[in-house]
Amino acid sequence: MIEVKSLIKRFGLKNVLAGVNFSAIPGEFVVLLGPNGAGKTTFLRILASLSRPTLGSVLVAGFKLPSEAAEVRMRLGVVSHNPLLYGDLTAEENLDFFGRLYNIHGRDSRIHEVLGLVGLSARRRDLVRTFSRGMQQRLSIARSVLHDPDVILFDEPYTGLDQDASEMLDGVLKSVAAAGRTVVMTSHDLARAEDLGTRFDVLNNGKIENSIKKQDMGTENLLAYYKRVLAG
Amino acid sequence: MSREQKPKADYFKSIMAITRKDLSAELRSRELLSAMLVFSLLVILIYYFTLELDIKNRNAITAGALWVTFSFAGTLGLNRSMAIEKDRGCLDGLLLAPVDRSVIFFGKALSNLAFMFIVEAIVIPVYAIMYNVNLLIPGFLGVTILGSVGYISVGTLISAMSVQTRTRDVLLPILLFPLVIPILVAAVKASNGYLLNLQWSEISPWINVLLVYNVIFLAVSFMVFDQVVEE
Repeated sequence: MIEVKSLIKRFGLKNVLAGVNFSAIPGEFVVLLGPNGAGKTTFLRILASLSRPTLGSVLVAGFKLPSEAAEVRMRLGVVSHNPLLYGDLTAEENLDFFGRLYNIHGRDSRIHEVLGLVGLSARRRDLVRTFSRGMQQRLSIARSVLHDPDVILFDEPYTGLDQDASEMLDGVLKSVAAAGRTVVMTSHDLARAEDLGTRFDVLNNGKIENSIKKQDMGTENLLAYYKRVLAG
Repeated sequence: MSREQKPKADYFKSIMAITRKDLSAELRSRELLSAMLVFSLLVILIYYFTLELDIKNRNAITAGALWVTFSFAGTLGLNRSMAIEKDRGCLDGLLLAPVDRSVIFFGKALSNLAFMFIVEAIVIPVYAIMYNVNLLIPGFLGVTILGSVGYISVGTLISAMSVQTRTRDVLLPILLFPLVIPILVAAVKASNGYLLNLQWSEISPWINVLLVYNVIFLAVSFMVFDQVVEE
């Protein structure tokens, strides 16, 4: 569960987020849309406890940020356009390292399980730097679900992926989201967003301007609406 | 949503996990150690050809020449060690882990210290052979260890700051060297004391400076690292 009230984030004199109100319940897959510079990544970084809010209240998985950040991190998985992985370690070593930091019991079997989930069991002993961009992104997802988090944040996970890799990632994201987790994803890819999301929030001018449930709007309407937002 | 507490990872085991990760990665790539080593060996080679020293002067400049070499090589290592974390977004991966941020500081500092010790373990014998000076003096080696701990504790903190900037390669030495002057002066004076066979009363004040500086900077780093790495 995520609950954000009147969130303001200021960099210098500029309000990047100017009073964001947002909530998401378990099982919900919220796609956060918005033009470049709208504050999507800043918003996700605050939810991930990587950045402090200037004002407002942020509750993630039942814990308050920033005061209970360690508890939030224990229940949170993050995938960004950067893989957050070490190229000079193997896939297995990367997951083992993060497994130690997350204090995962039965680490070996859990690593085996998540590598299977993202289809990388056969490459577990290969160095990550030899992986394609798509494989790195899949391993990044394995890292993010290693500790079985309640909340997952995806920040533009399709950046730099070709068609095949994107399709494979679709399947992995769906299986990750199907476990009743709260998922928030930023994306510019409306077709994929429509396929994966259960709700679409538009962040613009530092605020959530619109929140649309999937059943309330078809792809064409969403596309038309989003084009109007981008056009200002 | 349940507020059930989950057990956190052990503090010291987490530190060791970060250090082991750095050492394993370096064992494969060798990019950090090889850069530090080649640089250090080139510096002492340049000293060898440019400073044609007699035996008396040799002993007098040894400590200074070695500490200049260690501090420049150390800067190379510190820069690279944090840049590896930053460039692939791995620093965010570490910051997302449910461990105290000081764990990251101590883990990185320990691995940086290990790299520094490896370089020193190779450079000191090479220097001793080239200049025909006896450096196998326990006191001298102890000072080298103490000085390295101080240098790396300040360096790890400052490199975590400078890595966030575009000019990190330039910024690190500019910020670091003024802060480590007390360490370098104390380490050179104490090392000289051992190399020139001075009395303990002449050496001990510099050892005390090193000890106090180490304690202060380890404590400061422990307290402020959280603020340094957070946006």
